[in-house]
Amino acid sequence: MSGNSTYQPQNAVLQWFEKRLPIGGLIHSSFVAYPTPRNLNYWWTFGGILSMMLGIQIITGIVLAMHYTPHVDLAFKSVEAIMRDVNYGWLLRYLHANGAAMFFLAVYIHMFRGIYYGSYKEPREVLWILGVIIYLLMMATGFMGYVLVWGQMSFWAATVITNLFSAIPGVGDTIVAWLWGGYAVGNPTLNRFYSLHYLLPFVIAGVVILHVWALHVSGQNNPTGIEPKSEKDTVPFTPYATVKDGFFMACFLILYCWFVFYVPNFLGHPDNYIPANPAVTPAEIVPEWYYLPFYAILRSIPDKLMGVVALFGSILILAFLPWLDTSRVRSGRYRPLFKQFFWLWVIVCVGLGWLGSKPPEGIYVILSRLFTLYYFGFFIVILPLLGIFEKTKPLPNSISESVLGAKA
Amino acid sequence: MTNKRTIIALTLAFAAFAAPALAQEHSHEAPTPPAVKWSFAGPFGKFDEGQLQRGFKIYKEVCSSCHALSLLSIGSLADAGGPGFSEAQVAALAAEYKIKDIDDKGEAIERAGRPADHFPSPFANDAAAAAANGGVAPPDMSTLAKARGYMRGFPTFVFDIFTQYQEAGPDYIHAVLNGYKDAAPAGFIMPPGGNYNEYFPGHVIAMPKPLSDGQVTFDDGAPATLAQYSKDVTAFLMWAAEPKLVQRKRTGFQVMIFLIVLSGLLYFTKKKVWSAVH
Repeated sequence: MSGNSTYQPQNAVLQWFEKRLPIGGLIHSSFVAYPTPRNLNYWWTFGGILSMMLGIQIITGIVLAMHYTPHVDLAFKSVEAIMRDVNYGWLLRYLHANGAAMFFLAVYIHMFRGIYYGSYKEPREVLWILGVIIYLLMMATGFMGYVLVWGQMSFWAATVITNLFSAIPGVGDTIVAWLWGGYAVGNPTLNRFYSLHYLLPFVIAGVVILHVWALHVSGQNNPTGIEPKSEKDTVPFTPYATVKDGFFMACFLILYCWFVFYVPNFLGHPDNYIPANPAVTPAEIVPEWYYLPFYAILRSIPDKLMGVVALFGSILILAFLPWLDTSRVRSGRYRPLFKQFFWLWVIVCVGLGWLGSKPPEGIYVILSRLFTLYYFGFFIVILPLLGIFEKTKPLPNSISESVLGAKA
Repeated sequence: MTNKRTIIALTLAFAAFAAPALAQEHSHEAPTPPAVKWSFAGPFGKFDEGQLQRGFKIYKEVCSSCHALSLLSIGSLADAGGPGFSEAQVAALAAEYKIKDIDDKGEAIERAGRPADHFPSPFANDAAAAAANGGVAPPDMSTLAKARGYMRGFPTFVFDIFTQYQEAGPDYIHAVLNGYKDAAPAGFIMPPGGNYNEYFPGHVIAMPKPLSDGQVTFDDGAPATLAQYSKDVTAFLMWAAEPKLVQRKRTGFQVMIFLIVLSGLLYFTKKKVWSAVH
């Protein structure tokens, strides 16, 4: 996707085809000849890992859909039938459920990496915003997938989350009724969630193509944050990036399979093995771990509407990051103050996740408010001011100089 | 440096501030269920066939009068990795059950069960189950061992990933079966129809003490004690909730070996490829 390719197939049939549809050249220029900075560290392998996870989720999901029944009386039973009666159904379902968690783990690492190294800065703003859109789509997809199981947590999470929209003044109740397809979470809700849960991954795949396209136009950022200046600064994608990505994908699969085969229910809530019952509210309603920080932000604000605004604001603010960060230096490596505020922000994000799993009372509320304040303060106050006041470290002259030192 | 110190100071202040509140929270809760040494725990865990057969006997003679097991087919008792009944044993067992069906004239009939039938439920529906049990239907036991558990707390829950602790459900059920007390502690107000249980959240459980010494006689000479019953029936419930556990762990070991070798090979390939660049 980086302009015209010089790729010329040897085979006569492929040459014939290439003249009519130059897809070989597209693949060659995107994934073989594409110049990639030579100093990328392993944090840069998560883009590949995320593509792999999307593929795994779509494949396992399509097979699961062949056995699943989206009906309030049958959904839970059909999931259990997959676990018991479908050949390797337990494997498909545990791969899919834990795959969602691993997908989010990888996306969080990918995002933290992007923020630390300033990967959202000019000329990569559109690339970054496409990433935020993918993340939003992932959250919607993950939430609806969790509802499909139709356990107690599925049902009550659906009730709590859809009710958030009732906070919108004037049209809130209409929107909620429209989401439900009725006057409560019920069969129409389950049906539309199933339909959308099948649709959205393909929308994600589409935006991923745009994301990769934008990446291949602007080129990858790198740990120094300075653009490649000569051929010495880059290496071809294949074999260098492919083998490195491949190695880390295999390592990531070890982690993933550890969960799937040994602790498959570690990340789930026991209540979701109880069939959904609208008449019984669970003692505590907690979302999946990957939504917990946002749940903590929602609950830290006493006003319902403002809580919902903060919840969505905490995600949407990421889209404005390229303009909130005023520093001319990209990489956190050369920004001594930013580095510390960044790591504190990471601790706050994890802390909010912990607080989201706690009941909203006493000390937890106070801490949630402090952490929420820092979460937003990092974007609205710290990042704009740091760019003005921070004294950054000197940048190396080129990527190859930073890798090879005096040798270059 | 100043900022690093600020972060440490903030972290310490947070710890000092939050710790007492957290300690207070835990004092209200039920005690932690004791950890039982289960044969199915760990990376090479397997169900003990004898234990599952004893556990099934307890389910059949005691639990099944109130608790359904509706998601399991009777025939699954003969599946690999389970209680190890033979096909003939399961067919004979299935024939003991009366299954509601419709004959070819459309008349409602009751016929002898077949291995493909699911276990019939003790009550016609949830409303009947609730009405017969003081207003709350006894839970279906098909997924019970995965639908129960207790909070592991920080940092234990992190270690659980590495120690592969997935037995919070069985430990909790085992603890509840052993947690009945004849009388509530002085000052505890027991609502009518409640029974005091040390491990049940809130200590008031509607189910009367289900198992006592001598209640079920085993054919294999295992002791007829509550200690034995509670372990056996819990193991059976874990199998009922996760019948593919043995297959899962065995496959997992093969997958792990494959992935570790693959990662190793890729690592050395990567080193070789990059050696010219570094």
